[in-house]
Amino acid sequence: MSIDLDQALQTFIVEARELLQDMEASLLRLESDPGNSDTLGAIFRAAHTIKGSAGLFGLEPIVDFTHIVEDVLDRVRDGAVVISGELVALLLECGDHMQELIAVVADQGGQLDAAAQARESGLRQRLQTYRGGPARHPARPLAPFATDELTQVCAESGVASELWHISLRFGREVLRNGMDPLSFLRYLDRQGDIVRITTLADGMPVAEAMDAEACYLGFEIDYQTTADKASIAEVFDFVRDDCLIHILPPHSKLAEYIELIHDLPEDAARLGELLVGSGALTPQELENGLREQRTTTGQDSPAPPLGAILVEQRAVEPALVQAALDKQSRIQEHKSKESRYVRVQADKLDELINLVGELVIAGAGASLLAQSCQNDALQEATSIVSGLVEEIRDGALRLRMVSIGDTFNRFQRVVRDVSHELGKDIELHISGADTELDKTVVEKIGDPLMHLLRNAMDHGIEAPDARQLAGKPGGGNLRLNAYHDSGSIVIEIADDGRGLDRERILHKARERGLLAPSATPSDQEIYNLIFEPGFSTAASVTNLSGRGVGMDVVKRNISALRGSVELDSQPGRGTRVSIRLPLTLAIIDGFLVGVGQASYVVPLDMVQECVELSAEDRRATRERNYLNLRGEVLPLVFLRDHFDAGDSPGRRENVVVVHCGEHKAGLVVDELQGEFQTVIKPLGKLFSALRGISGSTILGNGAVALILDVPALVQQIVRQESRNSQSHPRTAALAR
Amino acid sequence: MTIRVESKNGMALLHIEGEMSIYTAAELKSQLLPHLARAGELEIDLSQVSELDSAGLQLLLLAKREAAHGGTTLHLARHSPAVLEVFDLCNLAAFFGDPLVISHSASN
Repeated sequence: MSIDLDQALQTFIVEARELLQDMEASLLRLESDPGNSDTLGAIFRAAHTIKGSAGLFGLEPIVDFTHIVEDVLDRVRDGAVVISGELVALLLECGDHMQELIAVVADQGGQLDAAAQARESGLRQRLQTYRGGPARHPARPLAPFATDELTQVCAESGVASELWHISLRFGREVLRNGMDPLSFLRYLDRQGDIVRITTLADGMPVAEAMDAEACYLGFEIDYQTTADKASIAEVFDFVRDDCLIHILPPHSKLAEYIELIHDLPEDAARLGELLVGSGALTPQELENGLREQRTTTGQDSPAPPLGAILVEQRAVEPALVQAALDKQSRIQEHKSKESRYVRVQADKLDELINLVGELVIAGAGASLLAQSCQNDALQEATSIVSGLVEEIRDGALRLRMVSIGDTFNRFQRVVRDVSHELGKDIELHISGADTELDKTVVEKIGDPLMHLLRNAMDHGIEAPDARQLAGKPGGGNLRLNAYHDSGSIVIEIADDGRGLDRERILHKARERGLLAPSATPSDQEIYNLIFEPGFSTAASVTNLSGRGVGMDVVKRNISALRGSVELDSQPGRGTRVSIRLPLTLAIIDGFLVGVGQASYVVPLDMVQECVELSAEDRRATRERNYLNLRGEVLPLVFLRDHFDAGDSPGRRENVVVVHCGEHKAGLVVDELQGEFQTVIKPLGKLFSALRGISGSTILGNGAVALILDVPALVQQIVRQESRNSQSHPRTAALAR
Repeated sequence: MTIRVESKNGMALLHIEGEMSIYTAAELKSQLLPHLARAGELEIDLSQVSELDSAGLQLLLLAKREAAHGGTTLHLARHSPAVLEVFDLCNLAAFFGDPLVISHSASN
């Protein structure tokens, strides 16, 4: 395949997958709301679009299978088949099979293996029971789908004519308005083929009354074209307001021709004769039509408004509606958002962000130089540049942001399937679907979330009878929530199940030697033990979970994203897992501080305030390692000591108060050097074990500054604190 | 646009020269009608018609009708390419009934 076609195929694959996801979501919705015709239409369109596009690429297996699915969906839409839970389950399975077809046939260019083929024939058999009776549409060769091809095989009740019939009556002022009817005819003839035309001037009065500059011309045209209604109508855009225009598609119902005859100013008999003469109607059709017309007691149809193009619809052929719908669905329509999308390759975006990062650093360098130059104009110019660079940076980062809603919605299906499998009744509630996060984070968080959900369903939520015994409603609830919090995104998975069994975990941990027998860990620490590799307190190992390989992988994946995970549980009430992830991976706003000779960067969103450490406080804190901040106890970290900066501290010391989640701490530094936007440069494998540092960056003056891993530092303090409080019960009371 | 009048074998022969368009239609009509009122035979030579638009066409249609009502026999002769094209486009050859010398023109 040529390169262009290959790219097009890739696009098809991505779009087909999206459509199948939409289809799945719609099918799930249909279960609870079977009457919804919009949902049904969406499902049908998804199948139809996939079929058509697959046809373009000659992917016969996909076209064949999808055709059957589409057929059943079509019957459902017409009301010939009723929606049942069984049918939805079957269609969901068909969607899965279509995913496989896309993967195997489109992506890999191969064929289905024996197992898959067996599955397909099973599905076909089941689909067949819904099809019953002869096919409603005459068998059509699976030709490539051309968007504008609307002249199709005729339905039984249309007239025999395969041509469009265009009836034109130009208004009096057309010539004076600068138009020439002949030019419209010539244009039509160029765009298609005027097979037959009859020129009429019946409206022309006697010679004395005739105005040489007025227009009395009319035309009855039989036209051959592959264009659609709208394109033909478009030809007459400029004269629409002055003229009477009728456009009848091929095989229009006889009734429509009769209506046309009555709408036109000329005598009905003359018109009928005319139409027969031009071949639009056969004599038999004309007779039938007029006879029918006479017998029906109809009211006078109102005179057609001048300026309205009456475009008659072919009443029976649904293919027309289909083509219009498909045309629409080809115009990217996202179900919820009105906005249009541009498909961009992810690595191009990454390249751009990289460049922006370099721009940020270069800009900072320029600003520094400008400051040292003491040139006002220059400083102002560089500050404008910095402002713009900041905006570009923000904009570029936002390009990578994707809402987490799509990931969440996929879980609906998982929850449904698993709860059926387990025989439990579990409902998933999603909130915060609009919360946005970086694209790579979204991709990588999917699996950990899936695992946590399965755990909650398998071990957390009890079977319906157990729940009722406990006085809870029979149906279990799973809650997925996402929100932003001080520079991070928090994802919560909560269930109202039986909660974590503290004793059991403790026991298991002691058994495995993870805890010394005398150790008395806090509740948090106990719960966190389940993230240890190989840890499982599950009494039975299901094929979903319980093998103990899950949770540590989850934790590792989250740590790889520079995130953290916390557990909270109440026995009998439920468990909540909170995952905290950084919003962006590439560029952060930082706060520069100096410790000794070196500079460090504190992520700005974690900085709450800066306080000067007075001489008096300094003496006091040396012993206690905490500070009284307006009545609150603030644990301190002396970065000088922490990073072994040596030297004795200078005259002044400052405390940067940081917060991370619920915890607060004070970082004691020498100098406060101000806000500083920076690109995070990873440290490299050599330093990956380094605790407390999450990256590095280059300052404007070329020096390297290390970026503090504040959450890690804070955690360290918290741990230290709890250890201290255990050995010193009195300070424990104080520390709380 | 001018109309040159000639007499030939007792038949009036009109030569229309120039445009037969919206710009000349009113004048053309006033010059043409008197000839149509006279009974007998009338021939219109179209060889020098450089352009024929809807207004011009209408006049030819009018002429044909008026002539028929007035008992005059109207012939159109030596149709210029411009005239031929319009007649072909509107399928009017049969209506006028005159023999056409069809030179090479793109027909559908």
